[in-house]
Order: sequence, then structure tokens, then C-alpha cells
Amino acid sequence: MQFHLTEEQGAIQDAIRGTLADTLPSERLHKFVDGDAEVDRESWDALMALGLGGLMVPEDQGGSGLGLLEAALSVEVGGEGAATGPLIGQMLAGLAIAQGGDEDAKAKWLPRLAGGEAMASLAFGGDWLPESWDVSESNGRVSGRVRFVQAANSADVFLVGLDGERLALVAAGEGVSVEPLDSLDRTRRQSALVLDNAPAALLAANTGRIFDATLVLAAADALGGAQRALDMTVAYAKEREQFGQPIGQFQALKHQLAQMALEVEPARALVWYAAYAFDSARDDARRAAAIAKAHLADRFVSIGRAAVAAHGGIGYTWEYDLSIWYRRSLFSRAFLGSPSVHRERAAKLAGW
Amino acid sequence: MDLSYGAENERFRQEVREFLEREWNPAELDRAAMKDYVATFRQKATGKGYLYRAIPKEFGGSEQPIDVVKAQVIREEFARARAPMEVGGNGMNMVVPTLLERGTQEQKDAFIRQTMSGEYVWGQGYSEPGSGSDLASVRTKAVLDGDQWVINGQKIWTSQGMDATHMFMLARTEPGAPKHAGITYLLLSLDHPGVTRRPIKQITGGATFCEFFFEDVTTPVAWQVGDRGDGWNVSKTTLKHERAAIGSADGLGHQFAQLVTLAKSVERNGRPAIEDPLVRDALVRVEGWVLAHRYSSYRLFSNAAAGEETPMVGLMMKLLLTEIGHDIAQTAQDLIGDEAMIEAAPPGTKGRGPEKWLDQIMGSLGNSIAGGTTNIQRNIIGERGLGLPRDQAMGA
Repeated sequence: MQFHLTEEQGAIQDAIRGTLADTLPSERLHKFVDGDAEVDRESWDALMALGLGGLMVPEDQGGSGLGLLEAALSVEVGGEGAATGPLIGQMLAGLAIAQGGDEDAKAKWLPRLAGGEAMASLAFGGDWLPESWDVSESNGRVSGRVRFVQAANSADVFLVGLDGERLALVAAGEGVSVEPLDSLDRTRRQSALVLDNAPAALLAANTGRIFDATLVLAAADALGGAQRALDMTVAYAKEREQFGQPIGQFQALKHQLAQMALEVEPARALVWYAAYAFDSARDDARRAAAIAKAHLADRFVSIGRAAVAAHGGIGYTWEYDLSIWYRRSLFSRAFLGSPSVHRERAAKLAGW
Repeated sequence: MDLSYGAENERFRQEVREFLEREWNPAELDRAAMKDYVATFRQKATGKGYLYRAIPKEFGGSEQPIDVVKAQVIREEFARARAPMEVGGNGMNMVVPTLLERGTQEQKDAFIRQTMSGEYVWGQGYSEPGSGSDLASVRTKAVLDGDQWVINGQKIWTSQGMDATHMFMLARTEPGAPKHAGITYLLLSLDHPGVTRRPIKQITGGATFCEFFFEDVTTPVAWQVGDRGDGWNVSKTTLKHERAAIGSADGLGHQFAQLVTLAKSVERNGRPAIEDPLVRDALVRVEGWVLAHRYSSYRLFSNAAAGEETPMVGLMMKLLLTEIGHDIAQTAQDLIGDEAMIEAAPPGTKGRGPEKWLDQIMGSLGNSIAGGTTNIQRNIIGERGLGLPRDQAMGA
């Protein structure tokens, strides 16, 4: 029986946390938010240098062959630090190619994704759920429009959702064009991806499993974001004084903060379980992923709003860090389908 | 991560299961015979090392090395066989652990065996009409007269109070001292002419606790636990033991399963309520919390099994359980509709309908209060968990 993190798992998180603190400090993050770049290259390259791109790629393909749990722990810290690159896409592309790619695709992409020489992004399309994917395929060429794709101008390859609940790899270049969107979450720049007879490599991966893994990673990212917004608020409550004392000493605020912590800390085990259930292919893995995504997306938005309220005026400004994480929470809620969509899926999966 | 218990513990599970198959067959026993049967069963189970594991052998326990996984296996198997575990209540949960840590040899000899057998039933003498969350302000007074403490005052909210034979009490013995330093932890027999007790009828309509009045009630100095004036610290040992009693995830899971059954059995617009999108959404919303609680309890369990420090989530389990109980109550009330306007037939009555959910709807209110109110829990999470500065008014 082991249901807490090992030293190694803690060390992975610490390494990512330290790297993001060094390469993406608040000032640099704000510059990025106010600029036009899609990805902060320096911090992205630093994360790739840690081996995050190959976390779930088998060892003989240049990765470290770890599970979704380690990936979730990593993405969680990425969410905590507002990492700007398509971390989830990079990891899932690696997983999908390792599971369903032919030898060519594996040889072409896995070492480069693992090493960070290539960047991958998700392009699921439809209204996110596999049954709604609508890019069409004919003779190895795909056409359609996928509305929300992160870092589309920077990515080298896309994990594209096709009609019939299939997945394909599409490389940037022939038949691929990008229409940038004015993204609300400025740390995760979105574009529409337009595919016009673009060459594609079909993947024989288990689509349902890949989608479940995406949900778990999204939940982990939201957990990290919620934790960061809570930490920021607790730190502010200890330091900010009014009426001659730290505001965190007032019971009204103390109770609000306790209530926020009650939303975040127990949810951590929900994410761990969903990742563990995926890795060990438990019967409830699909439901666990759906519930984790729904629950964590709700928690992140709720914590984001409570954090702004607890800060007062400074929390409502663009220049304060909280603006970045609150905007990330709005992205997290919508990304891959809103909480109510996944609750309904969970109800169906229970046979209700 | 790995939720399996490992080969050695599975062998142990098999051993416990075989013991239960052999020794727990209570079918068709009448009430009187049942009592003896249970007592004998508990003795045999203790002999095997399954019960009273933290109690030394000299007091009738099985004195087993701490092993949270084995303890969990025992709980699971006993629950599966519907076999009784230790005698419950304040005595085992609070008095015995305190005596083991702070009591004299004479006190351990005098009380532990009788508490384990259920002969002594303990009432908690902490709260008073003027001392709730501010427990250290207790005013019930004990004055030394020779080798006897003489007690005058009032206690309230005593669970099992009408059945109690004994009480563990916080009494003010040093009136001039600062409030936390003026309290002594006393044990007393309730078989005394100066003791008056009255049941308190609760919001549920039942009366499971009561109030006590003490008029020149005496108890020997030898029954004082810990030093004179140190009762506040002694009582903290007690509360810590109470908070350590978790294991509520299965209960909550069971309650949620019943909620789903309820949603399948009642109708909305002529269809089973569980087909209603609002009901489905509400159920999964609650389930997210129920599962977060369950997996957090796995986490605490795993930390304890590895002998590691309890993470912050340990401070949150009581409040979490309370809030989820409220959510279940709200959802259940929605589902039972008009039945919530009918008084529930008493537990044990045959044919109780959806209105039986009123037991949970009303009962879940008690969780916000008992064992430290919800607002006190929030203080604990804020101060001990998040490190926020202490409220000056609340003192040490």
C-alpha cells in the first residue's frame, strides 16, 4: 500500500519548480503576457532539458518511460508556474506515437519530442469530445478547421482528432495554416488550425485512453494553478496590514483562506488517483479522469475568484500576478469541455 | 502508487477471515445469549491480536506492534462479516488512551479493563453552558478537602450521558491562576447523591445527550489524572486521540451509494429522478467531493503506514466530512420532496420510506458542532495548516 509521493516523485516536482522560478520569474512572465510571442523559449527549453518532453516516451526511444502519474505531477508544477508552452500536447503526442505510431513515426518524432528539438500541440477539434471530432481524412490527407490549438505557429507537429474518433499526426508545413486568436489566457496562446489536404500519419492509439490522459493532465494543471493562487493569497494575508495587524489574523479572512485550502488540498488525492487508475488500467479509470477534470476545473475557478476577492484592489489589477492565474483558470474550465459536460459523462459511465 | 496491501497482508487477511468464519456465527441467538456470545468473541479476537491492539496485555489488551495496514485489514474483514470490534464510545476513544499516556498504575488497573468490557461507560465532562468553543473558561469548581476533591457546577452536551457510570471532567481547581493553568483533569463515579442528570431533547427529536448538575460531589485525589493545574494539557491528549479516529471514508461512500439508490427510486416528471440532468449533475458534483475525501484518507493512511508526518489534509478531514454531509443532505432533501414534511418513523421501524433521509439531513447538522465546531476547524486549518497569525483573543 503506497498512496503518497515517493522521494523521486517529489524530486521531479522540485526540479521543475526550481527551473520555472529561475527561468520564468514574475517580471519575465508579465513581459511575456504583454508581448506577442507564443511561447517563452528560454523556460520551455529549460523544461525540455529536464526531460519533460520524453517523460512518457519509452526508454529505448529516448524517453524515461514513466507513467501518467509522473506526467501529472510535472504538469501540476507547470500550472503552478504558469508555464507557457504546450506541455500537455508535448507529453500526449509522445504517448500517442509510442502507443499507436508506425516505425517511421516513432523514429521521426519520439527522440525529437523527448529531447525537446520538436514541439507538439493538441488539435482535437469539434467540441473536444472524441465523438465530436470532425477533421476528415482521405488517402492519408486531412482537411478541416480546429479552433483552439496552443502555440500553433511554433509547433512542429500536431496531434489531430479525426472524425470516427481517430487520431493522426500532422506536421507543420504543407496544407497547414494558422489563424491566431486573441487569447484570454495569454500564457497559452491559441490559434485556429486550418488543414487543407495536409499529409497525415494515422495513429493506431486507443483514442479513449489518450483522451482520458489529457483530462487527467488538465486536472493536474488546474490543481497547480489553484495551489499557486492560494499560496499567493496566504502570503499576502500574512504581510498586508490593516487596522494595525496582518489581515490574515482577522477571523473573517482566515476562514475564507481555510475554506480555499479545503478546496485545494483534498483535491490533490483525486488527481493522484485518476493518474494511478490510468497507469494501472483500473476499471474506473475513465470515470476517475472525467470526475477529476470536472472537479479541479471548478476548484481552480472558485479559488481564483476567492483569491481576487481576498486581495482587495491589488488583486483586480493587470500588473499583479493573480491576473495571470485567474485567466488561466478560465481557460482550464473551458479546455476539453466544461465541468458539467464531464459530470454528465461520469453519470453515463456509471450506468445511471 | 499501489493500493494493494501486499502478499503478507493478504495472507493475514485470509487468517482473519478464517477466524471470523469459525468464531462469528451469531444467527438465531436470543438477546441474553447474544451478550455473552459477543463478550466471548471479543476475548477470542483479542487473544488472536485482532482487537485492543494498542492496549498492553497486563490490562487485557493484545499489545500488538503498530501496523496500520493490518489494522485496516482487520477493520475491513470485521465489517465484511458484520462482527463487532472494540467496545466504542468515549471510554475507549478518550479515557483509555489518556490513562495509558498520563495515568498512574493504580488508575490503569482500576479503569482500563472495566472500560474495555463495557462495564464502565464514560461521559465527557468538558462543555458547560458558558464554555463551548472557549473550553478553557470552564467554571465547574473542585476544592480539595483532605484526600477528596469536592465538585460543584454544571456540565452539558454529554453524549451517552444517561447511560454513563463515570465521567472524565475538566474542573477549575486554581481560581487565581491564568485560565489555561487553573484546570485539573478528574475522573469521578456518577453514582453519587450530589449528581443530577437530565436528558436534552435534540433538534432530531431524540435525546442522546444530557446535562449534569454537581452539588458537593466527591472524588478521590488518587483519581486525578496528571498534575493539579495541568488538566488543559491532559485534555489536549484526549482530543488528539479523538481527532485521530478517522476511517469515515467507507461510511461516506455508503451514504453516497444510498443517495444514488434514492435517486433511482423516486420520480421526477414521471421518470426516475436519476434520468433528470440536474439530478445527475448534482450527484457527480457531490461524488467529486466524496472521492476527494476517500483518496485523501488513503493518503493519510499511506503516510501513517510509512511512519511519515501527517500532511495538512489531516487537519481538514473533519470539516470536509461535515461539508460533504451537508451537500448530501441538500441533495437528498431535493429528491425526497414533500416527504421532508413528514416526521421520520424511528430507526429500526419496518417500511421506513424516503423520509428516513431526515435522520441524515438532521444528523449531519451535528457534525458542524460535535468535537470542535466548524468555525474552530477553520481556525485550526488557518493557523496550524496555513501558518496564519493567531487570533489574540483566543490566547495560548
